[in-house]
Amino acid sequence: MNRRELIRAFAALAPMMVAGRVWAVPSTDARLLVVFLRGAYDAANVVVPVSSEFYYASRPTLAIAKPDVGKPNAALALNSDWALHPALRDSIYPMWEKREIAFIPFAGIADDLSRSHFETQDTIELGQAVGGSRDYRSGFMSRLSAELTRVKPIAFTDQLPLTFRGKAQIPNIGINAVGKPGVDDRQVRLIKQMYQHSDLASSVEEGFKVRDDVYRSVSEEINAANRGAVSPHGFELAARRIGRLMREQYNLGFVDVGGWDTHVNEGAATGYLADRLGELGRALAGFAEEIGPPAWRDTVIVTISEFGRTFRENGDHGTDHGHGSVYWVLGGGINGGRILGEQVKVEQTALFQNRDYPVKTDYRSLFAGLFQRMYGLQPASVERIFASTRPTDLGII
Amino acid sequence: MDKLERSIQVRLCGWMTALAMFAASSVDAAELKTTDFTLIDRLTWGVTPSSAEHLKAVGVDRWIEEQLHPQATLALPPLVQSQIEGMPDVHKFPFDIAVSFDQQAKSANQVADPDQKRAAQQVFQQAMNDRARQAAARTILRALYGPDQLRERMVWFWFNHFNVHQYKGNIRILVGDYEDRAIRSYAMGRFRDLLSATLHHPAMLRYLDNADNAVGHINENYAREIMELHTMGVGSGYTQADVEQLARILTGVGIDLQQEDPKLKPELQNQLVREGAFEFNPARHDFGDKLFLGHAIKGRGFAEVDEALDILCRQPATATHLSQKLATYFVSDTPPAALVQRMAQTFQRTDGDITAVLSTMVHSPEFAASLKGGAKFKDAVQYVMSAVRMAYDDKVILNTTPIQNWLNRLSEGLFNHQTPDGYPLTSATWNSPGQMMVRFEIARQIGSGSAGLFKPDVPNATEQPAFPLIQNALFFESLRQTLSTPTLAALDQAVSPQDWNTLFLSSPEFMH
Repeated sequence: MNRRELIRAFAALAPMMVAGRVWAVPSTDARLLVVFLRGAYDAANVVVPVSSEFYYASRPTLAIAKPDVGKPNAALALNSDWALHPALRDSIYPMWEKREIAFIPFAGIADDLSRSHFETQDTIELGQAVGGSRDYRSGFMSRLSAELTRVKPIAFTDQLPLTFRGKAQIPNIGINAVGKPGVDDRQVRLIKQMYQHSDLASSVEEGFKVRDDVYRSVSEEINAANRGAVSPHGFELAARRIGRLMREQYNLGFVDVGGWDTHVNEGAATGYLADRLGELGRALAGFAEEIGPPAWRDTVIVTISEFGRTFRENGDHGTDHGHGSVYWVLGGGINGGRILGEQVKVEQTALFQNRDYPVKTDYRSLFAGLFQRMYGLQPASVERIFASTRPTDLGII
Repeated sequence: MDKLERSIQVRLCGWMTALAMFAASSVDAAELKTTDFTLIDRLTWGVTPSSAEHLKAVGVDRWIEEQLHPQATLALPPLVQSQIEGMPDVHKFPFDIAVSFDQQAKSANQVADPDQKRAAQQVFQQAMNDRARQAAARTILRALYGPDQLRERMVWFWFNHFNVHQYKGNIRILVGDYEDRAIRSYAMGRFRDLLSATLHHPAMLRYLDNADNAVGHINENYAREIMELHTMGVGSGYTQADVEQLARILTGVGIDLQQEDPKLKPELQNQLVREGAFEFNPARHDFGDKLFLGHAIKGRGFAEVDEALDILCRQPATATHLSQKLATYFVSDTPPAALVQRMAQTFQRTDGDITAVLSTMVHSPEFAASLKGGAKFKDAVQYVMSAVRMAYDDKVILNTTPIQNWLNRLSEGLFNHQTPDGYPLTSATWNSPGQMMVRFEIARQIGSGSAGLFKPDVPNATEQPAFPLIQNALFFESLRQTLSTPTLAALDQAVSPQDWNTLFLSSPEFMH
């Protein structure tokens, strides 16, 4: 399926009436994975504003050199203003050339100014109006899931993230530590029996089902691998497993990866952040490889983080908590190879509070626009997911 | 009947006989009520036959007093004490520990041969890992066997509140001292002392980067988390400007592992503060005046830090934030606002006396009502500790490694939370499908045998025979009555003691 066909397939989904409520009928093939970089990754050093002299003045030890084909440590040109961190040369940059990735600078959440990791992560995962009282049992991906039919959601995390908490029990599984289950079928039956009237009944039921599905997939992988290749570990291993599971079984996923809070010695073209980025790039490329070309064309990955970091480096070769970030959208069928969303020239006067990137694209508008295109959601559905939000259609799909 | 079947039947018969004996040995323990078990679970690391017996003997009121005001003479059981005393560095101060590890690191890095260098570095890393594992072993042994159970719960609570992550820098070698001296010493004392003890500890100064915070090289990480997490709480009214001012106040607060004092201008020399590895270096301090939370603070050195901590501890937001968190941990995911308010009033009236706040909490009608309303869902640490306590009561385990591994598998490993917010305290984090699956696996491991808990952690150790005894007198006399019909029906279908234990530890009742 080429890009045009995919767009038609997404857009042609007619809404269906069930019990008086309009339900979207998603393409059974449409898949979405949200990747949360916890800790606020230093976006300005990943999608680098190379045409900005202010950038180079603000980061005497951290800046990434302007694109220069001969130099391995130079940034990789995206367009005349932006370039990519060189740690992503073999993983993400090829996707850019295939137009399978788009970047949205100045993205984030405009109305949460706490600069607190935890507060802002919660705000984003819940996706509720800021300022009112929060409902911690209603995350935006859970609300999305409720609007879709034939949806198979899952969190690839040790704990169920806020974004998937809601009325329906959504399963989770720590994807790096899957082993052969010791609790046998008879015990499973007895345990379910004990929980039959408990409010944890659905949690236990879902848990056993996912446990068996995932173990089957992972044991196939283990049997298929081991041909002398270096086996991936960490987030790359997780992402490859997720790719297999989302090819075969699940179509709405969430995963997070931490370690981005670089207050001290974050490094530049090489060093701490470069290592984390290299792993992230290999992970996303590994996901695309495992899910395979047909499914990859129907898949959208959105990579987000709670906020950006201070535009100027601090006194410890690091960066502190900032505001606007850069989000990534990936997929085999997206209209990528572009820098999207409202932009400003990167200079001192453009900074928010003379300190950080501003936020020009609100994450709720971005997701609302994506959901509308991907799933053909009606305005009322979008309203139930993100109240009082005007969807932004960036033309990614 | 073939031989295998016969042997199973013989074993089952033996098992049934043992059950009958326990049932027959019943004493007059039936007076213990469901709320008594809930109370023990609330304020300790889990019900055991002996703890239930003790509560019955002294009565609820005195039992609560014992937990709120543990006698100084209370001692750990000898077999626990000797395990702790056998650990290296247990009585050393962080300065000496850090210096000796620093030297080991330097000599490892100086090895010329690349292979030998790598080996020496591995030995060094392994030694750091061992120290962290020993510190975790101490935490576990005290949680399982300490007579001052509420204090041990508070130690976990405050460590989590003032969280540090063991894998940053050399924190693995400091984390034991951090818990023993900075946290446990003040866990039931004054909050101001506790906050100050964490601020003086190299583990915290390394973890939140204040060791790198100096005039002209501001790092606001620690300043922000003191306000957001340790005292006032996010959204309580402070601003980004306050964070920046506190960061300036904290400039120069750091770590120094040199024997000699730093070279200072004569006029700064009397400003230097050194206490072990802690150092306030006036040459790194911003001596300008500050405006912090509406208070004008005269720039004058370390006294500014004390002034800022006083201001923070007396903020009403701090009293409320801490009371809310304590009530969430001990009472309910959504504690009644009136209770939190009264706890906060006690906090302010007593200038942050932690025991007084706890006393207000446990003597409140809301607390009593919450015991009747059913038990809180256990977080992963409570689950594992309570299972081991129930399984072995006061029979002291010889190896905590299996417990450390279980806690890590359940994503609530000791000293292992990467970010400063600590582990979440509400049940939604701990009762997801993935979490429940891991719990059942661990229930099976604990229920099926000694699981390595009685094999000392030394080369060629032999495992001592032990079996979890959960179907004990306590179970038949009182616990059994607290179980639901479906749970009892499932337990009746157990095919062996191992199976019965696994099912009991997997039951919804034991998860709460």
